[in-house]
Amino acid sequence: MKKMFFVVLSFLFFALGCSSAKQSNTVTVWHWMTDRQDAFVKLAQQYKKQTGIDVVFELYAPSDIYSRKIIAAAQARVLPEIFGVLGEKKKLVSFIESGFIADLTQEFQKDDAAWEKSLFEKALDVNRFEVDNIYKIKPGLYGVPIDVTNIQMLYNQDLLAKAGIKVFPTTFDEFLNAIAALNRVGISGFVSGWGEIWMIDCFASNYAFNVMGEDKVMATYRGEVPYTDEDWIKVFNVFKTLRDKKVLIEGIVTKGNKYAEQDFALERAAFAFNGSWCVNVYDKMNSALRYGVMLPPRINPERPMLIWGGAGSSFVVNDISRNKKLAVDFLKWLTAKEQQVFLAQETKNLPANKEALPLIPKVLADFASAMDLTTHPSIWKYNEDPLVVEAFDKGIQAILIGEAEPAKIAAEVQKVKQQEMERQKKR
Amino acid sequence: MTANTRKISFEGLRELLGGYFFILPAVLIFSVFYIYPFVQTFILSLREWNGISLNSQFIGFDNFQEILQDGVWWLSMWHAAYITLIALTFQNALAFALALSCDRDIRLRKFYRVVFYLPPVLSEVVVGLIWQWILYAGMQNGEHVGLLNYFLTKIHMNHLVHAWLSDPKTALTCIAIVHSWKGFGWGFIILLAGLQTIDRQLYEAARVDGAGSFSIFKNVTIPMMIPVFVMVMILTILGSMQVFVLVLSMVGQGLVYHTEVPVTRILASMTGTSRFGYACALGIVFGLILMVFSFTLNKISRKFKQE
Amino acid sequence: MFHNKYRAAKTLTSILTHIFLMAVAATCLFPLLWMVRSALMTNETIFTDKSFIPQSLHFKNFYLAWTAGGFATYFLNSVLYTVCVVFGIVLIASLAAYAFSRLKFPGKNFFFYIFLAAMMIPLPGSFVPLYVLMTKLHLANTRIGYILCMINVGLSLSIYMLKTFFDKMPSALEDAARMDGCSRIGIWLHVALPLARPAIAVIIIFNTLNVWNEYVLAMLLLNDQSLMPLQRGLMVFQGSHSVDYPLLMAGLSITVAPVVLVYLFMQKHIIKGLCAGAVAG
Repeated sequence: MKKMFFVVLSFLFFALGCSSAKQSNTVTVWHWMTDRQDAFVKLAQQYKKQTGIDVVFELYAPSDIYSRKIIAAAQARVLPEIFGVLGEKKKLVSFIESGFIADLTQEFQKDDAAWEKSLFEKALDVNRFEVDNIYKIKPGLYGVPIDVTNIQMLYNQDLLAKAGIKVFPTTFDEFLNAIAALNRVGISGFVSGWGEIWMIDCFASNYAFNVMGEDKVMATYRGEVPYTDEDWIKVFNVFKTLRDKKVLIEGIVTKGNKYAEQDFALERAAFAFNGSWCVNVYDKMNSALRYGVMLPPRINPERPMLIWGGAGSSFVVNDISRNKKLAVDFLKWLTAKEQQVFLAQETKNLPANKEALPLIPKVLADFASAMDLTTHPSIWKYNEDPLVVEAFDKGIQAILIGEAEPAKIAAEVQKVKQQEMERQKKR
Repeated sequence: MTANTRKISFEGLRELLGGYFFILPAVLIFSVFYIYPFVQTFILSLREWNGISLNSQFIGFDNFQEILQDGVWWLSMWHAAYITLIALTFQNALAFALALSCDRDIRLRKFYRVVFYLPPVLSEVVVGLIWQWILYAGMQNGEHVGLLNYFLTKIHMNHLVHAWLSDPKTALTCIAIVHSWKGFGWGFIILLAGLQTIDRQLYEAARVDGAGSFSIFKNVTIPMMIPVFVMVMILTILGSMQVFVLVLSMVGQGLVYHTEVPVTRILASMTGTSRFGYACALGIVFGLILMVFSFTLNKISRKFKQE
Repeated sequence: MFHNKYRAAKTLTSILTHIFLMAVAATCLFPLLWMVRSALMTNETIFTDKSFIPQSLHFKNFYLAWTAGGFATYFLNSVLYTVCVVFGIVLIASLAAYAFSRLKFPGKNFFFYIFLAAMMIPLPGSFVPLYVLMTKLHLANTRIGYILCMINVGLSLSIYMLKTFFDKMPSALEDAARMDGCSRIGIWLHVALPLARPAIAVIIIFNTLNVWNEYVLAMLLLNDQSLMPLQRGLMVFQGSHSVDYPLLMAGLSITVAPVVLVYLFMQKHIIKGLCAGAVAG
């Protein structure tokens, strides 16, 4: 017993003894990207060699833990020089309003806007606030994209060939025919991580834009068009059709994206709906997988199919940090061509720097070529209330498991929308 | 070692302060790291706050009023109660049966004692992966991928083949069973320790009085174990009502509202819809309900003991 | 004749008991074996190779997990945190539980119920005030800060469990010690604690697993890589998008081993009473 006591005491001593003090010209970066930590650390070493400045990348994963950390650190006023804000644009707005995030517009526009021009516009837009934005934020650019991404459909070439399908479908009817052919030879049609509701939201949003166009979607968010509108019913009907025509792999509503990725990589389904990060994932799980990228098949031939995409991850600079200038300099360096090429090669993500689109694999290049067709809630003028989004996505799940029909769900979502609008008015 | 000096310096105050001296370290740590955050959380529950902004609005008990009308929240409470009921019966019965077996002098008992503690030790990742594989619903090349469905077709029970996790009728029960499987090891250890602290002389005395083994079980073991039963029950209630990692790893945010449990609702309010104040209010309501349950159980058990 | 029947019945019960115990044991062992097996495979074969014993074994994953995952530092940190926290909890909780069970002082029930209540009320939003407080006290990003927080986490449950066991134990020995003029602290240390050995073993097992597997609070309170516990290494393997499953499984196997060892060591103390009982019976 006594021996134990001394062992523990000496342990405690050790515990109390070490506490490290940070140097004053260190730039600290908080992030959540587990797959990029190694590459970041290598870049930081290089930067130290070139400039003598210490950059420390501190990783907090998974992302919800990371989000908690920055929320708590914001309240304690100990945010690092560089961090990122996850989630919908309203969160970014709150951070900016509270003075935690620096306005980088001037930096971007220096030297004839050299920095701004070097990066993909779509990626920059995610952190841009236009003149007269509804959030009443001073117009400008508040964040630095470090990569781009978009979410599309993928098809398994071998499985399609087995079912005698030679070209991938572009319209919804062709898609349904392909599914019927696949089902005849006992192959499941479509898999996606729809146990994560944001992926359902993304798919639904693609079709909403295709069916009624951006203006009408925005009008709905403003409360001028009800969810019971026939165009919205059409969107809900897409999911009903997917259900009725047996398009979906069994159990899709409870699949996390990781499990969905496993299914596609192991050729358990012919089509998938997934983001450009999947190239890396599929390669690791089954390097022999032969697959291609396609847009979700359109229902309305008169409008283009827009997909979600833009900046994959962005960094922002702490406005109250002493080392603001150092932080900005580092981000400029990080998004310059060489470093972007390095990141793209190490982590198989699409670079945010236009000049850095190097010799990347064909599938990745196909993803990149669709960047012009991307849109994202962060660049829309209006955003739907999160409570309505939840009701919308859960409603779609109800349709998928055959519990409800589109008309009923539309009415329910509209009810939530009205309640929320009344609440907003009160406050 | 310092007992002597302490004895002298506390001699006078000992009668008065003795008890306080024993609980002082606990109370100190507790006040700083629990009571203070608790008070702050309670203050937050009276406000409308998005978690980030420097301004928040005092709204009195509005959040609590809203909870009363939050149908999904009460549904999630019911789901947790359902899981808890299964855990209380199935899990604890299993745990007690195993503890009784290992309390006796049987062969291989050392092996069993170690093995039964393995499920609580396993990471949620492994548990999630394993059960996803067992309960997987789809087919590949004409054969079921999921072990359970594969097994069912092999023994020609095709009518039982099922999409276990994505059918609202079976999903929650599957979660409850996996939860019980992962949790029975805890009950097993506590109950075993409880059985071990029963004074062996009591058994001996009963045997001398000519009692049979069932009578000893009924008249000695069970009464002596009542406080431990109550403790295991309270711990089961707390553990099962607060289940959520398992839910997320098995069904994600899927299945409409059929697998919502209180903690997933709290998290959804906190990080999903950015309603921090509301999330804090949910936490407090949830805690109060658990408290009422546990204290009632405790009261009932004390009556038993007095009888 | 009667004797034989009795023996047959006894053997039958014993066989049935063993079948039952074996079945349960199998479900407990399977995931563990699967985990170790998966750790010996590659990312490509892990989901395709259906045989239980893989065709080629890759022990490299364990080495990779230990080195690439930075497990060496994390491992030491986790050992340090676990030892300090568990020791602290056993010391503080057994003092308090003993007082709640045996001593008489005003407000006893009040304090005990406060501790009980704390066990019940989950505080989802409390991480914000806690972090602000820790920053103000200069305890954020320090080992001692994390240790104190973790002691607090395990405290109320441990007090409750220990009190239940103290209540259940006969007080004859303590009374005898008091007659001999032993101080309360002396009785607690020399009489009550040794008697409560099975209960303390349970507390140690509980809290060891709890601290060993904790990472939410660690991520919140700690910044420096050099202070992080083992779980942080595992989180990196789990990744945001891609997962290297064999590496993750190797990491998990490494992580599970010490907890099982602690259990192996402690469960002997749970069972200590059995030997005495077995002799008497």
